[in-house]
Amino acid sequence: MKRLYLLLAGVFAVLMLLPLLLDNYALGIFVMIFYWAYVGQSWNVLTGYTGHISLGHALYIGIGAYTTTYLAQTFGLTPWIGMLIGGLIAVGIALFLGFLGFRFGLRGVYFVIMTIAFAEITRLAVSHIEALGSFTGIFLDFNPSLHNFQFRGNVPYYYIALGFMVASLVAVRLIETSKLGRFIVAIREDEEAAQSLGVNTFRYNMMAIAISAFMTSLAGAFYANYIFYLHPNTMFGMSTSIELILRPIVGGLGTLFGPVVGSFFLTPLSEISRAYFARGGLEGLHLILYGILAILVVLFMPKGIIVYVQRLFRPFLQPAGKNKQG
Amino acid sequence: MDANLAIQLSIQGILLGGIYGLIAIGLSLIFGVMGVINFAHGQIMVMAMYVSYWIFVLLGMDPYLSLVIVAAVIFALGYLIQFSVVNRILDYPEAMQVLPLVSVGLILENLALLLWGPDHRSPQTALSLKTLWIGPIMIDVSRLIAFGLAILITILIFIYLKKTTTGKRIRAASDNRTGAILVGINVDRIHNAAFGLGAATTAAAGVLLLPLMPISPHMGHDFTLTAFIVVILGGMGNLIGALVGGLILGFAESVSTLWLPATLKQAVSFSILIIIMLFRPQGLFGGKK
Repeated sequence: MKRLYLLLAGVFAVLMLLPLLLDNYALGIFVMIFYWAYVGQSWNVLTGYTGHISLGHALYIGIGAYTTTYLAQTFGLTPWIGMLIGGLIAVGIALFLGFLGFRFGLRGVYFVIMTIAFAEITRLAVSHIEALGSFTGIFLDFNPSLHNFQFRGNVPYYYIALGFMVASLVAVRLIETSKLGRFIVAIREDEEAAQSLGVNTFRYNMMAIAISAFMTSLAGAFYANYIFYLHPNTMFGMSTSIELILRPIVGGLGTLFGPVVGSFFLTPLSEISRAYFARGGLEGLHLILYGILAILVVLFMPKGIIVYVQRLFRPFLQPAGKNKQG
Repeated sequence: MDANLAIQLSIQGILLGGIYGLIAIGLSLIFGVMGVINFAHGQIMVMAMYVSYWIFVLLGMDPYLSLVIVAAVIFALGYLIQFSVVNRILDYPEAMQVLPLVSVGLILENLALLLWGPDHRSPQTALSLKTLWIGPIMIDVSRLIAFGLAILITILIFIYLKKTTTGKRIRAASDNRTGAILVGINVDRIHNAAFGLGAATTAAAGVLLLPLMPISPHMGHDFTLTAFIVVILGGMGNLIGALVGGLILGFAESVSTLWLPATLKQAVSFSILIIIMLFRPQGLFGGKK
């Protein structure tokens, strides 16, 4: 365990120093790596640990992005506070969804479709609200300052995104070792058994979906102030919901480092191949390769690539002579 | 409110609902036999539309004539998807079943984008603009033909499942997979055929839709979701339910445009979906499960 923390501290130190070495474009890729790792981790809290699949998590990204931007544009409220308000709204919606889903016992596919339906209804509603830019979306003005959560160049975004990712790792690690963590894993493995042993499954499911929604909506606030343009189809759309589940599944569902490993693997691939193929007029090819890759990982490495990463680091993590499972 | 307009919208909605029903029968068949939800359903249908469009542009063959060819091509596609991907994930936990089929949808959608570009295309077939007047009510001829053919294809699928040997094997594999293996049915191959048949059904629906709306690579999602709604409305795995559910949804969407902007009609269907899932999860017409 000690060696694992040593390794992580080393990786963290390298990441802290990277902006000294990399140019703006490369830093942008790292921002996306951290961003998708963070979003994947937020989704992982619900789906990875409780087993309830959400295919509508873009809903919370959109809520975070739109709330923060609306409050900033209308009342001049700093996104640092706006994102918390967005988070609370996201929690409210998630609790409503969760109440319907868990109280009425929607399992498996029914729950998936419920999450899709919520995201789609919100997308359609936002598309018809004039104050939220309806079909044209919202353009953000660029006024760089800490107060506005907007910055020149990628370096500040880099550190904020890194901070988000590290904070999510710490948070999920704390959840994992808490009573809540043990209970939600029990729910994933066998909900009825957990219930018959006295676990209030409804309550812990609700806690998991609320935490997951809150975390995801913060990412939306970040994303809005990073790309400066909100459109209902990209913010709430199903393609975003699909995009954000790829990394945790490829990395390793329901593991602490799965989303991070998945993001370090997939994001550079996606960013670079997108730019490369689009230049050659082959738009969409990167998503085809992406889909093929995701299928291959699920078919042949259902536990995710984290297993192989662990194997790679095992000699370092396990001192010679000891054979303890770490 | 204009009564004629209301009648006209109702008729148009029900006619379109027949096609919704056909799309949903494909999804319901796949779910009923394999127990997996085909998240690539709409994208498979869009593929069929493009193949049909291609045949129309290159060979000048009307979509109604090329229907059988397109259905055969998409049957092969479905067979391949089941053979290469779905048969390997049948025993996975549900969370892991979702991603491969979503990925298949992603691949097909972007394949269409790559091959045909992002523009909307609408082929001008012989009947695409013909209309029929019954008193003050106007009906698109292609919509009427589509409805008739959709019902006919539905009946043919029923006969196929009831009477032919393969059809009986499909139903056996759907009722009891282990039992079917015990009596010597090659269940894997039957699964391939069932997925192929489900895909071919939605392909037929796509071809029938071709004269009615412009096609674009990204329209698949919407139809996947429409098919979900219809199937849940009629009950998962219930084929007649899927047809009736399609008619109801087509009617509801069309009539809702009397009060709401057309772009919001999907919100109506999603609201119906949520209410049905909460209060009648087995669907309007019951189900075995």
